[in-house]
Amino acid sequence: MALFDLRLQDVHSKLRTKELSALDLVESSYAQIAKTDESVKAFLTLNEEGARKAAAELDGALQAGGEQGLLFGLPAGIKDNIVTEGITTTCASQFLRNYDPIYDASVVKKLKSAQSITIGKLNLDEFAMGGSNENSSFFPTRNPWNTDYVPGGSSGGSAASVAAGQVYFSLGSDTGGSIRQPAAYCGIVGLKPTYGLVSRFGLVAFASSLDQIGPLTKNVEDSAYVLQAIAGYDPSDSTSANVEIPDYVSALSGDVKGLRIGVPKEYMGAGIDPAVKEAVLAALKQFESLGATWEEVSMPHTEYAVATYYLLASSEASSNLARFDGVRYGVRAENPDNLIDLYRKSRSQGFGPEVKRRIMLGTYALSSGYYDAYYLKAQKVRTLIKQDFDNVFKDFDLIIGPTAPTTAFRIGEQVGDPLTMYLNDICTIPVSLAGVPAISVPCGFADGMPIGLQIIGKAFDERTVLRAAHAYEQHTEHHKQRPQL
Amino acid sequence: MFEPNQYETVVGLEVHVELHTKSKIFCGCSTSFGAPPNTHTCPICLGHPGVLPVLNRQALEFAMKAAMALNCQIADISKFDRKNYFYPDSPKAYQISQYDKPVGEHGWIDIEVDGKTKRIGITRLHLEEDAGKLTHIDGGFGSLVDFNRVGTPLVEIVSEPDIRTPEEAKAYLEKLKAIMLYCEVSDVKMEEGSLRCDANISIRPYDQEQFGTRAELKNMNSFRGVQRGLEYEQMRQADILDSGGKVVQETRRWDETQGKTFSMRSKEEAHDYRYFPDPDLVQIHIDDEWKARVQASIPELPDARQARYSAEYGLPSYDAGVITSSKKLADFFEESLQYTKDAKAVSNWIMGDLLGYLNAGGLELDAIKLTGQGLGEMIGLMEKGTISSKIAKTVFKEMLETGKGPQQIVEEQGLVQISDEGALAEVVDRIVSSNPQSVEDFKAGKEKAIGFLVGQVMKETKGKANPALVNKLLVERLNQ
Amino acid sequence: MSITIKDVEHVANLARLELSEQEKEQFNGQLNAILKYAEKLNELHTDDVEPTSHVLPVYNVMRDDVIKPSVSNETALRNAPDEDDGQFKVPAVLE
Repeated sequence: MALFDLRLQDVHSKLRTKELSALDLVESSYAQIAKTDESVKAFLTLNEEGARKAAAELDGALQAGGEQGLLFGLPAGIKDNIVTEGITTTCASQFLRNYDPIYDASVVKKLKSAQSITIGKLNLDEFAMGGSNENSSFFPTRNPWNTDYVPGGSSGGSAASVAAGQVYFSLGSDTGGSIRQPAAYCGIVGLKPTYGLVSRFGLVAFASSLDQIGPLTKNVEDSAYVLQAIAGYDPSDSTSANVEIPDYVSALSGDVKGLRIGVPKEYMGAGIDPAVKEAVLAALKQFESLGATWEEVSMPHTEYAVATYYLLASSEASSNLARFDGVRYGVRAENPDNLIDLYRKSRSQGFGPEVKRRIMLGTYALSSGYYDAYYLKAQKVRTLIKQDFDNVFKDFDLIIGPTAPTTAFRIGEQVGDPLTMYLNDICTIPVSLAGVPAISVPCGFADGMPIGLQIIGKAFDERTVLRAAHAYEQHTEHHKQRPQL
Repeated sequence: MFEPNQYETVVGLEVHVELHTKSKIFCGCSTSFGAPPNTHTCPICLGHPGVLPVLNRQALEFAMKAAMALNCQIADISKFDRKNYFYPDSPKAYQISQYDKPVGEHGWIDIEVDGKTKRIGITRLHLEEDAGKLTHIDGGFGSLVDFNRVGTPLVEIVSEPDIRTPEEAKAYLEKLKAIMLYCEVSDVKMEEGSLRCDANISIRPYDQEQFGTRAELKNMNSFRGVQRGLEYEQMRQADILDSGGKVVQETRRWDETQGKTFSMRSKEEAHDYRYFPDPDLVQIHIDDEWKARVQASIPELPDARQARYSAEYGLPSYDAGVITSSKKLADFFEESLQYTKDAKAVSNWIMGDLLGYLNAGGLELDAIKLTGQGLGEMIGLMEKGTISSKIAKTVFKEMLETGKGPQQIVEEQGLVQISDEGALAEVVDRIVSSNPQSVEDFKAGKEKAIGFLVGQVMKETKGKANPALVNKLLVERLNQ
Repeated sequence: MSITIKDVEHVANLARLELSEQEKEQFNGQLNAILKYAEKLNELHTDDVEPTSHVLPVYNVMRDDVIKPSVSNETALRNAPDEDDGQFKVPAVLE
């Protein structure tokens, strides 16, 4: 059994009995990266020196009998749009290829106090804009299950790295499905917490009203542990929720008796691959056999979610990315004629096509004369979409459906057709707009590629989401499959 | 040529006032002025990737306080919006400001020009962040950016186009400044940029209802500059209209040294700020209890104080106006009154000797050592007859320079008035004997001669003799 | 509503992007396709619907007016593409 397949509590007991050291874990991580990353290409930056130093310190602390943090010694990968002081943070953009952060994101501080070890920074679609990792300005990450396929995105590096056994867990960010969809494509567990549960301070903003950081892990138990470590109120984030953080690990009781599950017909309709639908129905049967009930429901505004999302997210992005102007950091174009030329050249050279496209869309949607027709209209439809969720949650504890309509596609297959690409997010986007939590767990394979089941809960009810996901996982073998690399 | 009888000037002012919070509006960096460049900055105010703003409660409450003092209605729900534009002094390439839900709206203040009171409407007051500072170098081929100032909280106060003359504009600004100082929300130092003013100005023939085409004036760095800039601009516009031309809507820069305005016709680019609600900040809900709490923190404002001084102390309206135009001066006045009941005397000393001294030296009240207590006690000593009004002048001068109390000065310099009849009678006798000519004159009916004799007694006593007593003793002696 | 090349140029200018002729053509087509798709939203009557900018009912989040340490001048300028005399340097502001 590979080291990272050990349960967290087993890793910790081996550390305590000195059967294993934190340094062993770090070396194991780098060995696996050396072995697999040439084909997977999950990492943009490795933190070898820093990680070894941190591991040695943890081993020393353990020797001295110090307290162990919740994630003590666990090798972690961090999506490269989460700011890490002293470790280059690029957002997979040429614009930030040399950016040396002067502070740590709040989640990075949380991980430090939970004593995990940062192995390196993971690839993504540039500024988290995309669903395939093909928009990384450096190189695309590949799906460990078949390296001709995309790992999904935007947290493609985070998902592929965990699937390839390179790290114990990783952090990703989810704006319209960017944790859940790559987790589904790579056959792992990805959790998007409730908006506001995890601080966004230090997450390079794509769409501020939607962005949320969450864990990508091999199984649900790890997901609960990592969430425990990173959730919580942060006074540096005005949109952080000041709620009491429950014990997530203790929620994993295995019991789903009496849980009422709603299955939106809109998530199971046209455009859903038959194999995906079949896997989801099989999962629902599994829940039934465990004592839960499910029935079809309707969320009538689902078909408007993608348009709503692209207007809102692009508008916010056009403003969020305006700070990349080449004045204070980032790559400045050479020999500008004047200031405006500096802005134009630096931004045009620094941003890739998808980023430019969304900036263009968002700038247009906010511009004079169009604000009401696009941005305001989308905000109103967002209200209707959220009401769909409120209505279903009056009668149901959870909503279940596929994470993505299909399994991973071939690299290059959808490039040049942004709209089709956007429609891949049809099942994840409504959840982001409503701000509620959702997890993707493996629920089968089609032609050798993993399928993800999406379990959606009420706001701040991550316990029920994790409980259901865990119970399902305990009665299936999908999550135990490993890609051959 | 601008003829006040022919054209009417219409002015609206946009005033930015820096709020003197300790820390910036959205981060914990200090707002203090004059630090070396880029030493009061952090990832947040430098606009680094991933940072988020958190609103400074004090900044909001100062804005509420200012808005209330300007008689604005305070919003029940206020929010922040992003104003998007690229400029090197704006690190995020958007300014966090307020678009459609400002802190306050529909206010007014009264100004006084030529003894007449006029009400100027306040359209709105909103809270926003200041920008950094650009310095041009290399003969204009480059600029340096210092972000110390970025994120200093500002309120923007927009007046209705109710102002009709440059004098009214100046009076409006002075009143605004006084109110801000009374509320203690800002230092209002124009030289440090903590109050900045732009003006919209147009002119129209008197019989025309619709406003003329306006110019926006910038770069007026003093109240006097605002007045001069507007005076110049109304003239310029009148010349254009007189010669059959049309005023162009544009932004113009006031050049203080040349005394002219110049078009800032940069690239003709329509501004499109793409305002939208800042998703990084949450709405502000202001309930009645909160409003009441802030309202209670507003001190008595200049108009109320002026009225009270007239009613309570019988000060002439003008004097009361001068004293209350500055909170410090009014506080000084009231401090004096804790040590004497004679408000008129205090007012006279302030209006005369004190303001004369300050104006002559171009000084602010807090630059001198004299306190309200000192002045009050000094007047008290005069009331008791301890010192004469002549001695008081000496004492006052000494207090201005040393800050010593009047009692101490009188004791140290032996300035106590001589009111001892026996002692004075002796001096009077001596003076009368040694000035027979004056005695003759007096007895011959030249009443003035007694003034000379009094002067001699005062000279002999180094001014310490009680003048009334001297007079009485002399009359008695001469009539013997 | 259909976007023209001129609109694309205007928006690119607002966003401070310099686009090649080919990019303009491409974005013109793609933005039109996306906006046409977005017209779906007009099927919904939203006159009486409140806009959602925040999914959580959070308001009045504020901090106390307390000074926190700033970063050093060196740290502030660590990533500066160009600097002079402790300040960020930029080409002339075109006027």
